[in-house]
Amino acid sequence: MNVLNKLHDPALGRKMVGRVRELAARAAERLGRPVLLMEVCGTHTMAVSRTGLRGVLAGLLELRSGPGCPVCVTAARDIEYMIALARIPGVTVATFGDMVRVPGGQSSLERERARGAGVSIIYSPADAVELARQNPDREVVFLGVGFETTAPLAALSISHAAELGLGNFSVYSVHKSVPPVLRALLELGDVRVDGFLLPGHVSAVTGSRAFAFIGEEFGIPAVVAGFTPVDILDAIHMLLEQVLAQNARTYNAYRWVVRDEGNPEAQQVMEKYFYPGDAYWRGFGLIPGSGLFLSDTFARFDAGRKFALKVPAVADPAGCRCGDLLRGIITPADCAMFGRRCTPAGPVGPCMVSSEGACAAYYHYGATC
Amino acid sequence: MCLGIPCPVVEVPEKQWAVIDVGGVRRKVGLHLVGEVRPGDYIMVHAGFAVEKLDLAEAEARIKIWEELLAFERAEQTS
Ligand code: SF4
Repeated sequence: MNVLNKLHDPALGRKMVGRVRELAARAAERLGRPVLLMEVCGTHTMAVSRTGLRGVLAGLLELRSGPGCPVCVTAARDIEYMIALARIPGVTVATFGDMVRVPGGQSSLERERARGAGVSIIYSPADAVELARQNPDREVVFLGVGFETTAPLAALSISHAAELGLGNFSVYSVHKSVPPVLRALLELGDVRVDGFLLPGHVSAVTGSRAFAFIGEEFGIPAVVAGFTPVDILDAIHMLLEQVLAQNARTYNAYRWVVRDEGNPEAQQVMEKYFYPGDAYWRGFGLIPGSGLFLSDTFARFDAGRKFALKVPAVADPAGCRCGDLLRGIITPADCAMFGRRCTPAGPVGPCMVSSEGACAAYYHYGATC
Repeated sequence: MCLGIPCPVVEVPEKQWAVIDVGGVRRKVGLHLVGEVRPGDYIMVHAGFAVEKLDLAEAEARIKIWEELLAFERAEQTS
């Protein structure tokens, strides 16, 4: 069997679950309560739900979602800015699909598009550059939403646009950095987790070392995890071994993709194009040094400076508990609107919109999955 | 949105661009972040770019450790 298939092999997965359950039972007995692990990646939230792992480990181990869905953590004011950009005549905003349905104060990109605004769904930042090249009479703005995995790709798109001499391409960067939000979460201290499943593809860029502070400064184990069932079980197992041994280190269980030092090319590209500044996160407010903003050298590609729009302050949707969810305080079922007033067909908050949002994951796969 | 897909490289027609196979569909992806890649190599693709080369031997080794651990446990339980 091909090794990639083997990582999805149900027979191997089942046997690993048996072993994980055993360790979880021992750890839960030691703690006098179920083990609480946080998954810090929307793709983990989805994978864990899809495989039914939450149900299989229920009572022994809880997997709680954290601030790992880039669309969900985007602040209401930034959503408002994106909608305002789309309203400018002659502007086309190019975005990943998840963003278009996120509700703003009054509207959404989807609604603006229905009214005739230029909103284009793309798969890659490279597509946005292509769009600008093909439409010289329009201003194309790429909505840069994402973490360290996506930010270098947005930087490459700027480099490409500069090479082509495109004056009609810019990026609205709300890219964010994961280590600072985990630090903020730990400093807030509203939830005491026993371990972190760290985001595999963010770590591929930053390296597992960027998360060493979790063990060193906060005494909590953390493990970089991949996304196949075998990878996830392997990482949970490593966390449980640490809980039982009262160890608190940051390990890398995703060595077939992630280097401890990360990807130096991607890091260099990020450093060249972005500088770390204070950024607003839904659920957290302002987090120092957590945003990736375009450096002055590339100011002409910065949609924030190019259009310098003033948008009114907007509140998060009334009653939506995405913020609490992103801080790991609640699970989706704790929100009174979950599955009633708020569904994927009629979402109230971004956590129900995004394919990586916890509310969407729990809705599709069952609230206790 | 952040989905990463492990894909085999089919050909490298230009220095920084490769053609990959995603479940039978051919796609062009940027190699700007991963250095030299050859046909037959595997890469992790995210939003149209390779973000890392894959070390499948490492995955294989990890699976082997698990299989040995599980076999050892079974032997213990039956003995
Ligand atoms: S169920 Fe809807 S309203 Fe409730 S937290 Fe999730 S997205 Fe917000």
